[in-house]
Amino acid sequence: MSACLDIRHLSAVLPNGQRVLRSVSLSVQPGEVRALVGESGAGKTMIGKAVLGVLPKSVRIVEGEMLIEGEDLGRLDAKARRTLIGARTALIPQDPLTALNPSRRIGSQMTDRLVRILGWSGERADTRIRQLLDEVHIRDPERVLKCYPHELSGGMRQRVLIAAAFAAEPRLIVADEPTTALDVTVQKQILRLIAQLQRDHGTAILFVTHDLGVVAKISQRVSVLYAGKVVEEADTADLFADPKHPYTRALMAATPRYTDPLASLKPVDESVLAGLAAEIVAADQAWRASHG
Amino acid sequence: MAEPLFSVRGLKVALPDMTRKPLIGRAPLAEILKGLDFDLPKGSVTGIVGESGSGKSTLGRALVRLIEPSAGSISFEGRDIGHLSEAGLRPLRRDLQMIFQDPMSSLNPRHTIFNIIAAPLRQNGLGDRLKERVAEALQRVGLPQNFASRYRHELSGGQRQRVGIARALALAPKFVLADEIVSGLDVSTQAQILTLLEKLAAEMGLTVAFISHDLSVIRRLCQQVIVMREGRIVEASATDALFQNPRETYTRDLLAAIPLPEIDAGWLQAKAPT
Repeated sequence: MSACLDIRHLSAVLPNGQRVLRSVSLSVQPGEVRALVGESGAGKTMIGKAVLGVLPKSVRIVEGEMLIEGEDLGRLDAKARRTLIGARTALIPQDPLTALNPSRRIGSQMTDRLVRILGWSGERADTRIRQLLDEVHIRDPERVLKCYPHELSGGMRQRVLIAAAFAAEPRLIVADEPTTALDVTVQKQILRLIAQLQRDHGTAILFVTHDLGVVAKISQRVSVLYAGKVVEEADTADLFADPKHPYTRALMAATPRYTDPLASLKPVDESVLAGLAAEIVAADQAWRASHG
Repeated sequence: MAEPLFSVRGLKVALPDMTRKPLIGRAPLAEILKGLDFDLPKGSVTGIVGESGSGKSTLGRALVRLIEPSAGSISFEGRDIGHLSEAGLRPLRRDLQMIFQDPMSSLNPRHTIFNIIAAPLRQNGLGDRLKERVAEALQRVGLPQNFASRYRHELSGGQRQRVGIARALALAPKFVLADEIVSGLDVSTQAQILTLLEKLAAEMGLTVAFISHDLSVIRRLCQQVIVMREGRIVEASATDALFQNPRETYTRDLLAAIPLPEIDAGWLQAKAPT
């Protein structure tokens, strides 16, 4: 069985020639949650955007392949690529308020994708959305469908977007920091919900986050990213039992833990950052040497 | 117990509720803080934790008198400052400083770091030895002296937050309100800023109110904790006592909802509070 998502040696550059993705390889197996963890500027959101085909124009992919269920996106023309991505993937965004159109009711926004991109009939889309709202435990779908986004709480908006993401049975969902803007109790509900729907529907998820706590709870596999480079990848259980890369260890020591206040919140050691910088320079030199 | 710097009794704050404002006329008042009683002991760091809408930021703003309480008293060094006029507050401003959540919006983009730190010094009659004072402030937060001539966009997030701390502490205040000062930062930077604040608070004997939604951060930094929900204090006690033996269900729910960076297969299954 081919991987749901397979990224091989993906490199991307800015117009000034600076590499922002450095030969990234990672795969997401069917039905698996792969966490992509890193600090700001690590390129984790960029990888998500590359998969969904929505990279900003200034970022150019210069090398590598992306395969969705064995189909190489690079070999398809633009239209076929959009159709494939539209049919097999979906996004759960970070900020549900900006992802929703403020001047349209929830209902029509949710059915939009099904009707306009996948060509469903309005009636079928409507039935499906109600089904999904039930799955995300929204008890009064009639009211919610008629609401405007600002009339719902942050948690409710995120539920709506989760329902919309699963509605068309995508094979792969990119979840980009879906709980970062939420209160901690709501975050737990949303993580629970994503995990439950993911299991029930057998959907693979590329879960982008900066929080190692979330990684530990939601994912089976994890890639640690720094400056657009995967510095470590492992089974999640193995990563927490025995982190190999000094940066992973430093990140873990920096993450606050109320159960162990003295051993957590350790500033990242300068030597770790120097080591990372050297690693990046060496990788870039080798890359330039082999690419003229 | 040290004598309190702040002693707050029956504090209520009501603000206009703009979501219910009629087209013409005033917005009705919504009660944000519904009667709070607590003390902030001198030289201590107190964590104020709660979810969005709990009133924790409003409480902070009332303490530094950016807003006037609708009822109750706020006594600072034994004197009720709850209803002082702006002129009456003037001499106190130097003692009540703030560090903000987002240094990007709280640092003026057109001013050099020198001017940003110097402005409140001039305002508060500390305009003599300005260069010396700014240099001292930069050094205190571990920034190189040549940063004085830079602008905010030339700094990283962590460096900007250091400037925010330098500006507040340059005035040698008695009280510092730190409102979510690390929530916009990466974990590695977060740890540096917290360690810095911890060190400076101890060195300078500051009384700090540290507002945060993150109980893990509060446990590390604060000596006591106030847990807030919907404008009321749910639980207030010494940090160790609160974490080892939380009395209230709400506090336990908050703790249970934190995803710790360790494998725990049962965590997601455990019913989240609703």
